[in-house]
Amino acid sequence: MQTSAQNLTHRLANPTRFMSLSASLLPWISGLAAVLIAVGLYLAFFSAPPDYQQGQTVKIMFIHVPSAWLAMGVYLLVAISSFGLLVFRHPLADVSAKAAVPLGAAFTFLALVTGALWGRPMWGAYWVWDARLTSVLILFFLYLGLMALRSSLDDETLASRLTAILALVGVVLLPIIKFSVDWWNTLHQPASVLRIGGPSIHSSILTPLLVMAAGFTLAFIAMHLMAMRNEILRRRVKALTLAQVSRAGAGNPASVKG
Amino acid sequence: MDLGPHAAFIIASYAVVAVVMLGLIAWLLADGRRHQRALAALEARGVRRRSSAEDNGQ
Repeated sequence: MQTSAQNLTHRLANPTRFMSLSASLLPWISGLAAVLIAVGLYLAFFSAPPDYQQGQTVKIMFIHVPSAWLAMGVYLLVAISSFGLLVFRHPLADVSAKAAVPLGAAFTFLALVTGALWGRPMWGAYWVWDARLTSVLILFFLYLGLMALRSSLDDETLASRLTAILALVGVVLLPIIKFSVDWWNTLHQPASVLRIGGPSIHSSILTPLLVMAAGFTLAFIAMHLMAMRNEILRRRVKALTLAQVSRAGAGNPASVKG
Repeated sequence: MDLGPHAAFIIASYAVVAVVMLGLIAWLLADGRRHQRALAALEARGVRRRSSAEDNGQ
């Protein structure tokens, strides 16, 4: 198992091979994501009953919870990719980390906004400085920080290494977010799906949630593959532009400065 | 389907998710097309990668 995983990572280390494999996988992953989200929406609006306490606002959970899971899951992917860059120098590790960060920021933003829109009718407030909400807000700022750090340096190799170090330091936030509802008194409800003893939600509400979560995850995978392909293309364009400039410079030495 | 007294919050939540997800997809597609065009323009000018032979299966 480990060997086949290692073989796969090794084979994908070649960006050209990655481009051809991702091109053939993308339509299938995108199609499956669209189908799952469509089924999830149908179940959410036409099959799931209103919650006995929260009424119809429970429908917000079907998009809030998958967004929040992805906010954390994508950060874990960024951290693993950063580790792959710093320790194994995997050629696609930095491409993966760079591609995932804006997507993770988007899902964190969605978790915060849908949470606020769920909080107003249920808690009476869009926002409270509660441990869960505040730690997710810090995660959002961490994503923005990773993007800002990368774009603030012209040297791309240095930028990717520094961004990877910051991403690994930021991993400490993930257990804080996950266990914030247990460690502190918070307004946010504790875990009801990923908990010891199994989910505490009835299947009529749990099924649409899991279908939506699977759809969101596949949608993220498709978008991540698209973003990685774009980044590989950007690097090719940059390399070719530099090659063209240096060729022009060699032909006309007077035009090259420094 | 009756969404109850808080329908506006439910609709707003789904609308925000739809706008952000579709916006991301549109941005990714546009970005990809931009790079493809730039790459094609460079290759049309005769600038080629060392590994372009490998890409063509040669």
